[in-house]
Amino acid sequence: MQTKKQKFILYGGSFFVIVIALFPFYWAIVSSLKSGSDLFKTDFIPPSFAWQNYVDIFKEQPFGRNILNSLAVAFGTVTICLTLAISAAYALGRVSFKGRSLLLLTILSVSMFPQVAVLSGMFELIRTLNLYNNLFGLMFSYMVLTLPFTVWILTTFMKQLPKEIEEAAILDGASTWTICFKIFLPLLWPALVTTGLLAFIAAWNEFLFALTFTVESQARTVPVAIALMTGASEYELPWGKIMAASVVVTLPLIFLVLVFQRRIVSGLTAGAVKG
Amino acid sequence: MVQDGSRDKWSLGLSGNSSQLTKYRVRSAWLFILPTLLVLCVVAGWPLLRTIWFSFTDASLSSLGEREFIGFDNFLFLLQDEDWWQSVSNTVVFAIASVTLETIFGLGIALLLHANFKGRSWVRTAVLIPWAIPTIVSAQMWRWMFNDIYGVINTILMKVGIISNPLAWTADPSLSMAAVIIVDVWKTTPFMALLILAGLQMLPQECFEAAKVDAIHPLRVFWRVTLPLLKPTIVVAVIFRTLDALRVFDLFYILTSGSTDTMSMSVFARQQLFDFQSVGLGSAASTLLFLMIGLTTIFFLKIGRSKSDQQEDA
Repeated sequence: MQTKKQKFILYGGSFFVIVIALFPFYWAIVSSLKSGSDLFKTDFIPPSFAWQNYVDIFKEQPFGRNILNSLAVAFGTVTICLTLAISAAYALGRVSFKGRSLLLLTILSVSMFPQVAVLSGMFELIRTLNLYNNLFGLMFSYMVLTLPFTVWILTTFMKQLPKEIEEAAILDGASTWTICFKIFLPLLWPALVTTGLLAFIAAWNEFLFALTFTVESQARTVPVAIALMTGASEYELPWGKIMAASVVVTLPLIFLVLVFQRRIVSGLTAGAVKG
Repeated sequence: MVQDGSRDKWSLGLSGNSSQLTKYRVRSAWLFILPTLLVLCVVAGWPLLRTIWFSFTDASLSSLGEREFIGFDNFLFLLQDEDWWQSVSNTVVFAIASVTLETIFGLGIALLLHANFKGRSWVRTAVLIPWAIPTIVSAQMWRWMFNDIYGVINTILMKVGIISNPLAWTADPSLSMAAVIIVDVWKTTPFMALLILAGLQMLPQECFEAAKVDAIHPLRVFWRVTLPLLKPTIVVAVIFRTLDALRVFDLFYILTSGSTDTMSMSVFARQQLFDFQSVGLGSAASTLLFLMIGLTTIFFLKIGRSKSDQQEDA
């Protein structure tokens, strides 16, 4: 039974939290729909719906290309990462062998690396491999960000699969390969969606490597493009366009969050709470 | 028939056979991990070692190949560099302030989401959105809101009457630190809240029912039951967030307009590496940051271990 006071706290608190969480995004939408001098007045509802900013980012800037770059890098990263992580997670989650916990700890500690600690070494490596200013260079460097936590989360999911299935498979003479990819993989689909999503978001949002390892605006990913967007002069930032670009890249993420929120939450907590 | 035969052998537990099986499984386990380990060695181990090596040289970006070993000179230089110490103190202040605020707000939101009421799922969805927005995008959105002349935050604060003149949020060093902390708290409190919520949902319900039966005041229950039980979850969340906060780059890079008073350690290191082209010095700064994060991790692990030992003794 909730008293009136409790109800007031619950709904008041909820309202407050929702407003704070959503206002910046709402303000970005409002600003992106203002043109000319309207942008500099703080009206909370745009006086007219001016779509020019949205047209401009695709016409004046290579923003369409930047989005394609980001999509390619994110999908590439997720694909490579999951392929590697599935087999590693099987070994770490289902087979007991000497040095397993040390290996898991080492992999986890890689995810604690500050990105900047590998920056100059990675820069040299990427130039040597001729991957500078190249999307493959970004996918390559993103492995250091996404692979450790992908392995970690998938390992916790692997551990939860029932033992009986594996025992039955072993009795039937199934090879490790068959057990991992033919028997467990289909059961792991939900976990793969979760980890894939987290890796996708990490790659889509990454900034430091993308800023450092690309140089032409054609090769940039979305975060770099938004960070370096300039207007007619250096001191006059095109806020309307920056906000339009921000809204464009955030909408798909909000869509993903709405559709997959349960999976995202389970992935986040599986990685941390059980570890 | 063949299958039956092998099953018989298995159930009889013929030791030779099962240890052969174990050997096979261990061997394939190593084969399965090998690709991941190789990739991690190439993308993490090797670059890290190279960075540490560069930090003992005078390498510059334009001529990475021609470098000379100069011992600890880069580190000695950093120890006397005021800008470096400024960036260290900025990073530490930022980490402590933002993680503290995130823990408090995260706990509050987690308790809110744990309560049973209509519309709870709406709050959870709304809270996930700041987490999903790219850091760069949220930094830009807030930078626009913090704009000294046209920013909506100054307008609101002036209308409410908290300030009488617009504040230069991103230009004034102390204010821009506040701005960075505000944006980070806005963006990462959801992560904290979700972790703590998961911890709350795993707590044994009996304690709370017993407290209810005894009509103990909710606040007392919170301090005496909920918080102690939640402590392990909160500690893990705080460790994750602290290590993350110490390497902050994006927010400082966007929100503080690159002045030397308001740099984080990562921003300082990258500026040395690529804007000033002194790879040696930048690598030394990166190495120090790496050491700092490593020591913090060990410190947390030690505390966690000794605490759990104490609990076992008691």
